[in-house]
Amino acid sequence: MKPAPFDYVRPDDVPAAIRALADGDVIAKVIAGGQSLGPALNLRLAQPERLVDIRRIGALGEVTETADSVLFGACITHAAIEDGRVPDATGGFMQRVAMDIAYRAVRTRGTIGGSLSHADPAADWISALTLLSAVVVIEGPEGRREVGIEDFVTGPFDTQLGPADILVGVRIPRLSARARWSYYKFCRKPGEFAEAIAAVLFDQNRGISRAVIGATNGAPHVIAQADFLTKGFDAAQAHAAVDASGAGDDPYERQVHFAALQRAASQLAAVQA
Amino acid sequence: MKKPVQLEVNGKPAAGVAEPRTHLADFLREHLHLTGTHIGCEHGVCGACTVWLDGAPARSCINFAVACDGASVRTIEGFDDDAVMAQLREAFAAEHALQCGYCTPGMLMTARDIVLRLPDADEARIRKELAGNLCRCTGYVGIVRAIANVLKSWHSSNG
Repeated sequence: MKPAPFDYVRPDDVPAAIRALADGDVIAKVIAGGQSLGPALNLRLAQPERLVDIRRIGALGEVTETADSVLFGACITHAAIEDGRVPDATGGFMQRVAMDIAYRAVRTRGTIGGSLSHADPAADWISALTLLSAVVVIEGPEGRREVGIEDFVTGPFDTQLGPADILVGVRIPRLSARARWSYYKFCRKPGEFAEAIAAVLFDQNRGISRAVIGATNGAPHVIAQADFLTKGFDAAQAHAAVDASGAGDDPYERQVHFAALQRAASQLAAVQA
Repeated sequence: MKKPVQLEVNGKPAAGVAEPRTHLADFLREHLHLTGTHIGCEHGVCGACTVWLDGAPARSCINFAVACDGASVRTIEGFDDDAVMAQLREAFAAEHALQCGYCTPGMLMTARDIVLRLPDADEARIRKELAGNLCRCTGYVGIVRAIANVLKSWHSSNG
C-alpha cells in the first residue's frame, strides 16, 4: 500500500512541464489533484519513474469566458464548481455533476482536467462533458491543439494524450436559457464510482436533443438524436440504445443502464413540465 | 531522492525531508509524530486519514507530502481550541458516536465541514456527506445524531 519509488518535479509553467515529461528515458506522468493517481500509485497499479506536478501552475486555474463558451483551466477543482466559485454556462448542470463526485475531501483536491485525462468510464466528467460536446485543449511538444471530447476519449482509461501532452483546459459551450438537462447515476453507495450513468440534454434554441450513456466498458456512448428521451420515453428505443452502448451483455449491466436512462428521461420530463 | 518539505502544521512551522512517495499521512505520523491522524484503506475510500489541508478537508493518504510543500495542515491535534470541534467532541461522547475510535479523527473533520458548510443539512444530507467516512464498529446512528445536534446548536447560537 505504499507507492513504488518515483522522482517528483514541480515546474513553474506549462512549457517547463512539457519538457519534464518529454525529457530523457524516464516514464513520467502528470499529477494534478492526485485523487485518482494517488490511489493508483498506492496500489502500485501505476509505477511511473517521475511525477510532474502541474497543480500550482497559475494559468491552469483560470477561467476564460467568451460569448459562446467558458474555458475552464485543467486544475479547477470539483469543489470550486460545486461551490459556484467559477462561472457557469450550463444552467447549473456543471454544479449538479460536481456535487456528487466522490466525497467532499476528494472534491477539494481533484480536478476537472485530471478526471478527463484519467478517462475512467465510471467517472462523471467524461460522460457529463460529452453530453455538452465540450472541447479539450491540449499542449504538447507539437504545440497547442483543440480536440472534441468524443475524439479525445478513445476507450476505457485511454485518450489522445501523448506521453508529453498536457490537458490544459476544457471549453464548455454555453447552453441557452431554455435548455433543460438531467443527470442520473447509479452507485451502490453515494460517492462510489458509478455502475451506470445517463445524461440527457434538450436545448430547443440550439437544436440539441442529445443523451449520453456512461459507465460502460468503453468511451461514453453518444445518442446524438434523443427525441425518444427528451420528448417522452420510448422503451424499445432505450433498450436499443443500451444494446449499442457497450454496457455489455450481462443482464444486470443492461438493466441498470436502461433504468438510469429511463430515470434521466423522467427527471427531464419533470423539469420541462 | 529525499526532498525538503515545509509545512505549517497546527499553526506552527514543521519541516522535514521525505521521499516523494511519502504521503502526507505518513509524514504527519512518522516524521512529525502526530499519530492522531489514522490510516485505514490508504487509497482514499475510508476517510480515516482526513485532515484540514489549506482550509478544506482532504485525504492525507492520497496527497504526497512533497506536493503539499508550503501548505497549511490542521490535524486532530490542532483542534483543541476550536469551538465547533469542542461541541462535536461533547456531542460524540453524549450520543455514543465512537466505540473503538479508529474512524473518529476523520469523522470529526467531515463533521466540522458539514456544520460549517451546510447549515441546512437534514439527516439525509448528513448521511450523504458522511458516505466518505467508514465506521466499522459503532454504526452511524449516533454519529449522525451528534452532528445534527451540533448543526442545530451551532447555528442557533451563531447566526
